[in-house]
Amino acid sequence: MDINTFRGLITVVLMVIFIGIVLWAYSSRRKSDFDEAARLPLDENESKQEPAERRHGGEGKDHE
Amino acid sequence: MSATTAYNEKVVRQFAVMTVVWGVVGMLVGVIIAAQLIWPALNFDVPWLSYGRLRPLHTNAVIFAFGGCALIATSYWVVQRTCQVPLISNKAAAFTFWGWQLVIVLAAITLPLGITQGKEYAELEWPIAVLITAVWLTYAYVFFGTIAKRKTKHIYVANWFYGAFIIAVALLHVVNNLAIPVGWTHSYPVYAGAVDAMAQWWYGHNAVGFFLTAGFLGMMYYFVPKQAERPIYSYRLSVVHFWALISIYMWAGPHHLHYTALPEWAQSLGMVFSLILLAPSWGGMINGIMTLSGAWHKLRTDPILKFLVVSLSFYGMATFEGSMMSIKTVNALSHYTEWTIGHVHAGALGWVAFITFGAIYFLIPPLYGKKQMHSVKLIEAHFWIATLGVVLYIASMWIAGVMQGLMWRAVNDDGTLTYTFIEVLSATYPYYIVRLVGGILFFVGMLMMAYNVWRTALPEQEPVAKAAAQAA
Repeated sequence: MDINTFRGLITVVLMVIFIGIVLWAYSSRRKSDFDEAARLPLDENESKQEPAERRHGGEGKDHE
Repeated sequence: MSATTAYNEKVVRQFAVMTVVWGVVGMLVGVIIAAQLIWPALNFDVPWLSYGRLRPLHTNAVIFAFGGCALIATSYWVVQRTCQVPLISNKAAAFTFWGWQLVIVLAAITLPLGITQGKEYAELEWPIAVLITAVWLTYAYVFFGTIAKRKTKHIYVANWFYGAFIIAVALLHVVNNLAIPVGWTHSYPVYAGAVDAMAQWWYGHNAVGFFLTAGFLGMMYYFVPKQAERPIYSYRLSVVHFWALISIYMWAGPHHLHYTALPEWAQSLGMVFSLILLAPSWGGMINGIMTLSGAWHKLRTDPILKFLVVSLSFYGMATFEGSMMSIKTVNALSHYTEWTIGHVHAGALGWVAFITFGAIYFLIPPLYGKKQMHSVKLIEAHFWIATLGVVLYIASMWIAGVMQGLMWRAVNDDGTLTYTFIEVLSATYPYYIVRLVGGILFFVGMLMMAYNVWRTALPEQEPVAKAAAQAA
């Protein structure tokens, strides 16, 4: 294969991967997972110092 | 059960305190060399105090000692909290602390002695480089091992950025430091000529991209939501800008070698990738700043939030400026001038140091079992004095840089240079003085922080003694 054809193909492949990531990230199926992940720093386990401060019921996993 | 689930806060506390200590040291050296550029006699004819040896000491101290300790401290804190498990190994974590401090001390000894590989930001000779590799691999084990045993379903986005920073720095450090030792204090790089220059700036630019950007973005993605008490503006945007940022940064290095022996196509490639880089950079900045939408009023009263948000503004400014400076025709004016120094410090002081200050002010009280810092007013004062310092620093260097670039390129009708080098240098003096003033202000702010941290770390005073102290 001509090196320039190869370079062109690489560009196309990377473009497709990028568009794929955008579609994946912005698909409505990811929304609930992402919302859950986004709350991680706010719902974190504070059991060591201030157990009362855990908001939204926490994950409940820290006492298993 | 609670004993086994207790987070390792000791190592976070150690790194957080050393962040402040090395911040004071590194910025003091910066102030000294800024003064030496005005008054060269300040090296006192002592080789150890000469500019050429103290300058790498300054850069290593602020980047790897101050910045490095801040990154490791916050990453250990964040990974435990967002994975809801303690670190995988306290012994390995302790090794990273003592190993990293040893690296810093060795740097502080060897650089003034003139022991150096001569590679910018990779000056340390091979025995120290080997030690760095050992510490870094242990750090990677602690960080990724902790993620592997997480109790949460998701890996929070801050950990993705910290993870990319750890992997990329390991790769960059090892590749750029490949050298043939010829004794304990000397070695030759395996690369030669333009290849050596390209390997060096592939390393150098990605040190900016992964050490000073991705790592601190990890910090941003935890501490901004935390301090604003609301989730990140768009988690989707964080995912897209993560992948875009790490894939594009790797290719931007050649913009450090415009108009050199590097092949033309490589220079153009570096320029194009640097321009594309603006998109993910601003994606991150917008994501951070917009997290405050609906909570802007908190900025009025919360100096920690001020540090965090203003750091993002500087990040947006510095990344825009960086993309513009990578354009070859702009670079023809800006390269080798003080403009570059101004640009670096817009990023290093405005972005890296500000977000670090915010994160450390956030961390110190819980690490010492306190509700808040000893003096919130002092944080506010630190914020304003540091902001004034940065503005003086970068404004003076912009003007000096553009002036130098224009004077250097000015030619007479017969093709000779209009200005001699020394004429340009003497025209730069006033700006050096303004820069020194800006640097001193920033350093004074750092001292205020050190005092505040020290007072916060002290055991609680008796109420009577405290009242007496306040009255006095």
